[in-house]
Amino acid sequence: MSDAAHPTTHGEHPTEPAHAHPGASEYLRIAAILTVITAIEVAVFYIPAMAQFLVPVLLVLSAIKFVLVVMFYMHLKFDHPTFTWLFVLGLTIAGAIIISLMLLFDAMVRFHQVHPSA
Amino acid sequence: MSASAAAADEHYTSTGLNNRKMVFWAFLGSECMFFGTLISTYLIYKNHSLNGPYAHDVLNIPLTSFSAFVLLMSSLTMVLALASVQRDNVRGAKIWLASTAGLGCIFIGNQIYEFTHFVTHEGLTLQKNMFGASFFVLTGFHGAHVTGGVIWLTTLLVMAFKGKLSSKNSLDVEIAGLYWHFVDIVWIAIFTLVYLIQ
Repeated sequence: MSDAAHPTTHGEHPTEPAHAHPGASEYLRIAAILTVITAIEVAVFYIPAMAQFLVPVLLVLSAIKFVLVVMFYMHLKFDHPTFTWLFVLGLTIAGAIIISLMLLFDAMVRFHQVHPSA
Repeated sequence: MSASAAAADEHYTSTGLNNRKMVFWAFLGSECMFFGTLISTYLIYKNHSLNGPYAHDVLNIPLTSFSAFVLLMSSLTMVLALASVQRDNVRGAKIWLASTAGLGCIFIGNQIYEFTHFVTHEGLTLQKNMFGASFFVLTGFHGAHVTGGVIWLTTLLVMAFKGKLSSKNSLDVEIAGLYWHFVDIVWIAIFTLVYLIQ
């Protein structure tokens, strides 16, 4: 799909160049990869030998799925970088919120364990 | 629609980017923060329940794995719907939009079944314990987002049946698609953090 054929669908001004979205075969390939990763995630959950590696493996696999959907299905790989920055900004703040709150509450729990009367 | 006609519909913006798409990406960024707070609340409170049932007692992995698969496939049908609209293939757009909405309904049906089972068979309610409160709020808000997406897709489907959907307004479908894919990536996070890492 050329920019000239669909100048507005990429969210860019008609005078600016835009990259083509992938075709159906590319979308199907991504879907197959996502399905395989999901199957691996579930398999890893049920394999006792993987218990000690469960958290890092699952986090990496889900991060790969997340990135694949965002890049190919949400077209961030092909769209203007400004859209990526807008999304990454929100995502970074969200990540900071999760880490900060978990550290804060973990510290609070430890404090109450050391000082039960406080 | 010719390129010149499409270009005529596009108005000038100082960034050179479509303002609807720009604001929608900013909205999705804010949604990341929204779900970030809900996920962190769940992760903090899930192990602070004074009484059961606990996560490992009730969570149904086969059912939610199927839901995860359904939602991933709905993302595929959504991009195929967008590709159809961009090529002025209205029949294809109708099929893929209906498929996406249908898969969304299956996901919601699974969630309704899961919630009902928890309440009636497991005794897990919003007020039961910290796990129940944070679990129902997190997954409930996600389910509400999926429901909103299904309603949005249905309106696009109605537009398609009325002959009002073409490459001229493919941005409408693209923005709805962004929302739908966002709901999918949130589930990717929830599936891992809530269901698989207990």
